[in-house]
Amino acid sequence: MNFRYCAALLFLWFTATGAVAQIEGSVTDESGNDLNVAVPVMPTPQAMATPAGSTDVLGRQIAEVIAADLKGSGLFKPVGPGGIRAIGNDEVTAPQFEAWAASGAEALVQGYVRANANGELTVGCYLYDVALKSELTRQGYVIAPRDWRRAAHKCADAIYARLSGESPFFDSRIAYIAESGPKNRRIKRLAIMDSDGANHRFITNGQTLALTPRFSPDYKSIVYLSYLGSRPRIFIYDVAAGTQRLVTESANPTFSPRFSPDGKTILYSMAVAGNTDIYRISANGGTPQRLTNSPGIDTGGSFSPDGSKIVFESDRSGSQQIYVMNADGSGQQRVSFGGGRYATPEWSPRGDLIAFTRIAGNFRIGVMAPTGGNERLLTDSWQDEAPSWSPNGRVIQFFRTAQGNGKTGVWQVDLTGVNERRIPTPLDGSDPAWGPILP
Amino acid sequence: MNKTATRLVMVASLVALAACAPKRKVEDIPPAPVQQEEAVTDANAGKPIPGSQADFVASVSSDRVYFDTDKFDIDEEDQATLRSQASWLAQYPNKRVTIEGHCDERGTRDYNIALGDRRANAAKNFLASLGVDSGRISTISYGKERPDAMGSDEASWARNRRAVTVTVQ
Repeated sequence: MNFRYCAALLFLWFTATGAVAQIEGSVTDESGNDLNVAVPVMPTPQAMATPAGSTDVLGRQIAEVIAADLKGSGLFKPVGPGGIRAIGNDEVTAPQFEAWAASGAEALVQGYVRANANGELTVGCYLYDVALKSELTRQGYVIAPRDWRRAAHKCADAIYARLSGESPFFDSRIAYIAESGPKNRRIKRLAIMDSDGANHRFITNGQTLALTPRFSPDYKSIVYLSYLGSRPRIFIYDVAAGTQRLVTESANPTFSPRFSPDGKTILYSMAVAGNTDIYRISANGGTPQRLTNSPGIDTGGSFSPDGSKIVFESDRSGSQQIYVMNADGSGQQRVSFGGGRYATPEWSPRGDLIAFTRIAGNFRIGVMAPTGGNERLLTDSWQDEAPSWSPNGRVIQFFRTAQGNGKTGVWQVDLTGVNERRIPTPLDGSDPAWGPILP
Repeated sequence: MNKTATRLVMVASLVALAACAPKRKVEDIPPAPVQQEEAVTDANAGKPIPGSQADFVASVSSDRVYFDTDKFDIDEEDQATLRSQASWLAQYPNKRVTIEGHCDERGTRDYNIALGDRRANAAKNFLASLGVDSGRISTISYGKERPDAMGSDEASWARNRRAVTVTVQ
């Protein structure tokens, strides 16, 4: 924490002395880089009604979503669209750089919203470097009006990627568990939403306990644990069809399901007479393959991005610790040695880190190298659990449980640990699972 | 010895002490919830209907056994409880039971499902060792999903680390 604070101060000092001229920077260091980005309302050539509202209203809403995305990333200090000057149509490709510079803006996001004759929308997205008076990137999206938020996320992704050099992540979705009711009779429903909490939809009605969902990489299905018929087993839910099927027929409880990065394989845990091991099975069914055989509890599991390795947790040493094995179960090696218990390991989509829950008194979210070591804790609360990576491996969602009443919420934190915020959900929320960037 | 080493030794001692400490007794356990229908008593005898869930709860020393943190061993107190359950089951050989394994909230979700399964099976195995046909005993783990005590404190957690035997009606 102190280091990060100092780094932020250093950065501010360099900025103040003019030592930093470029607005493009890295998000991998902990620079505390709050770049001032102006995001005025996107004008429309002609206000036209659409099923999602009038194009002039959409122009404001899209700018609002872009500003919220950029703010939520923790790297930018967006200004607008409220409280700043609205631009005219002729300004979109010819910014008034001097005026923006005078307002303190370092970068500028402009665009437009146009209703097309066929009922679609065209959204333009332009990013400018105010000091250099130059265009950094431009994008155009042709979308159905109902998908206007996706155009906003795509624009925010283009800005984020251009300015940070990182892969995009805003245009993605979350599967999670919506919670309500008293602590001893919690109602838990499978639900999905956009990465910013918008477009929320309940999938199950709460009559059956639902836990630990994971989106398939193509977003077409969700694998999760259901207590249907008082038998905890994993199901694959087909999002479009609204139907579900068992992943594998077994008299034993199955849980902790995970998709492989290519979506073709599902990892899961099965308890047989009190002993839990990890298995893999084709997402289409077939014969499962047992990967672990220790007498302890082996559970969780997350593939490396190339699918060659699996990180999982086991208490074979006497307490929960993190292990890595080859995808066929061979070469199992412990990688966590920091003291306390380590649980719920998740391999970053970038491959460079493993996120986990560390239990030493309180529950905290941390990251370490896949070979162990370089451990950093990112959160500090009573009970933070179950990290899930953003598609670009730079942000982690998790859920936080309150001491006493057991209320839960979905939170996210970036790799600096500084930028932490709650994701808005209509009810309490737990078990977030972040899907990949949408195609 | 430097400070860190001193602290490590202190922690190690505490852990060792905790391991030696006798299992905490759980006092003042409220009676298990009894469904209205099953609470109907024989008017003549003033006792629960023989073989009912109410009869089971009234007849055994407890319908549940308790566990230490992350543990699933059946200690002497648990054994006495399970013996009383086994003798009731011997009286009603057609009755089947489900053993529900539970954990406290201070564990991660997946692990607790596995741990609850271990606890339920530990109780099941002990009943089977007493001669109860294991085919009459099913198990289910609820992990940390269905706490009995609502608090976030040691006393509540001790009550929640449990395996509860429920008759199948």
